[in-house]
Amino acid sequence: MSEEILEFTQHLINGIALGSIYALIALGYTMVYGILQLINFAHSEVYMIGAFATYYGARWFGLLDRPGISTFVLLLVFAMICCAALGVLIERLAYRPLRNAPRLNALITAIGVSLFLQYTGQIVFGADPKVFPTLIEDAALASFHGVSIRSFDVAIFGVTLFFMIALSYLIQGTKIGKAMRAVSANRTVASLMGIDANRVITFTFVVGSALAAVGAVLVGMKYPKIDPLMGTLFGLKAFVAAVLGGIGNLPGAVVGGLIMGLCEEMVVGYISSTYRDAFAFSILILILFFRPAGLLGKATQEKV
Amino acid sequence: MPEKAPILEVQDLNVHYGGIHAIKGLSFDVREGEIVSLIGANGAGKTSTLRAISGIIPYTGTIKLLGRPLTGLQPHEIVKLGVAHSPEGRGVFPNLTVLENLEMGAYIRRDREGIRRDLEHCFELFPRLKERISQKAGTLSGGEQQMLAISRALMTKPSLLMLDEPSLGLAPLVVAQIFEIIKKVNKEGMTILLVEQNARMALEISHRAYVVETGKITLSGAGSTLLHDRRVIESYLGA
Ligand SMILES: Nc1ncnc2c1ncn2[C@@H]1O[C@H](COP(=O)(O)OP(=O)(O)OP(=O)(O)O)[C@@H](O)[C@H]1O
Ligand SMILES: [Mg+2]
Repeated sequence: MSEEILEFTQHLINGIALGSIYALIALGYTMVYGILQLINFAHSEVYMIGAFATYYGARWFGLLDRPGISTFVLLLVFAMICCAALGVLIERLAYRPLRNAPRLNALITAIGVSLFLQYTGQIVFGADPKVFPTLIEDAALASFHGVSIRSFDVAIFGVTLFFMIALSYLIQGTKIGKAMRAVSANRTVASLMGIDANRVITFTFVVGSALAAVGAVLVGMKYPKIDPLMGTLFGLKAFVAAVLGGIGNLPGAVVGGLIMGLCEEMVVGYISSTYRDAFAFSILILILFFRPAGLLGKATQEKV
Repeated sequence: MPEKAPILEVQDLNVHYGGIHAIKGLSFDVREGEIVSLIGANGAGKTSTLRAISGIIPYTGTIKLLGRPLTGLQPHEIVKLGVAHSPEGRGVFPNLTVLENLEMGAYIRRDREGIRRDLEHCFELFPRLKERISQKAGTLSGGEQQMLAISRALMTKPSLLMLDEPSLGLAPLVVAQIFEIIKKVNKEGMTILLVEQNARMALEISHRAYVVETGKITLSGAGSTLLHDRRVIESYLGA
């Protein structure tokens, strides 16, 4: 195989790995948007908290120097629980009181919560980066002509795939998932079916926030430096991924995330890492200009 | 004939939208086994009345279901007490399939066997829905969406079925079909509160009816009586 193809394959693997993490975070944005028409800017900080929950959890549970599957699963579940609780808290305290207020109020509140968590994080955790604990060993599992498949990449693929399949079953196949779709279609009519919209909204935050924790753990493993502002840029890119796929559209978030991850990796690999972040914003501007409903989104249409 | 027990009692209902006094002291009742209609022109306050009963909008006055006041209850709690509301404009969930829409109607129920039976019953009433069972509700025709909305309301297994303008935007043939079914459902024992602009159709199938004008009841009586009332004929039945 030629050098170029090998290099391209390596970028492809990295890009899909990064992209599937964007997708996990993008799903949280898109689910909350679908049900509340609110861009939950605090989602990027929920993600950040997921990383710190893992960092402290590893210490509290004495799992610092014990990488392995059980350490990984335990800390993953712990981070998911912490983030789910935080998501529910944010919804209760910040968004629910504004449920019937103009949408702009909730949006501004979301930005406020996001900033609040960033600064609180800097006070509580300290502003300087911390080293994320080693959850599993990053070994090269296989190598083909210099393209290596590492255990981190396998973990990232495996875990994101697992959660995406689980989410899709939840949304399509379960009663609460159908209720989520009903509430996002029409909250008033859903309440006429006996659906308690507030409970469904709470559940949506639980799921979206838990997925953010999964993203945080995977990112922490791959790029093991965490700090209280780590959510800002990463969250923004995941948000762009959600918009790219069509905000409110779940498969769209996955497609958008993968495109973002792949393109970013290719830009870094073939052009220059200087343009890594500029790229995301160029995409955002381009979509908003040419296809505001996103790739898979439909222009809002209601049948009367 | 002994009076049947009242299922729904509305007393001195008032609804305000900001500065607009939309419902001004409405009182009426619906008794077991009846079809009762509220008829009236555009903006008379028919939809607002149903929305108040369902707890969607705030109101003053008393609304009782089977003698129990509904004041202060949330819409999802009122459904559990036995009020089904098929809303104006049908309000099917377009992103859900026909079957999923019906499952949402049964959201509050746990009796699997009963749900399955009621589902079959809906498909007997509206065979068209069975043909479309796994189609997204947003792709149905207007008439089919209305059939789905009524079926979905029936799936809650209510003591009172409220229908808001089932004839809205439908061809006369489809309207006739749907009204046949409403009559049939009532014959099977369902108590129905029907809101209609199509006064003739409504009065023909109603035991009793109330005429609502700008938030007040101006006339009431048996459906067959109102059908021949000079004032009703002039204002609502045309020619
Ligand atoms: N959300 C609202 N905000 C302000 N005014 C409203 C609102 N909903 C209804 N109204 C007003 O309240 C009055 C009653 O409206 P309602 O929809 O109950 O009438 P309706 O009898 O159902 O009419 P239609 O036959 O056209 O459906 C109208 O004057 C209407 O303009
Ligand atoms: Mg109306």
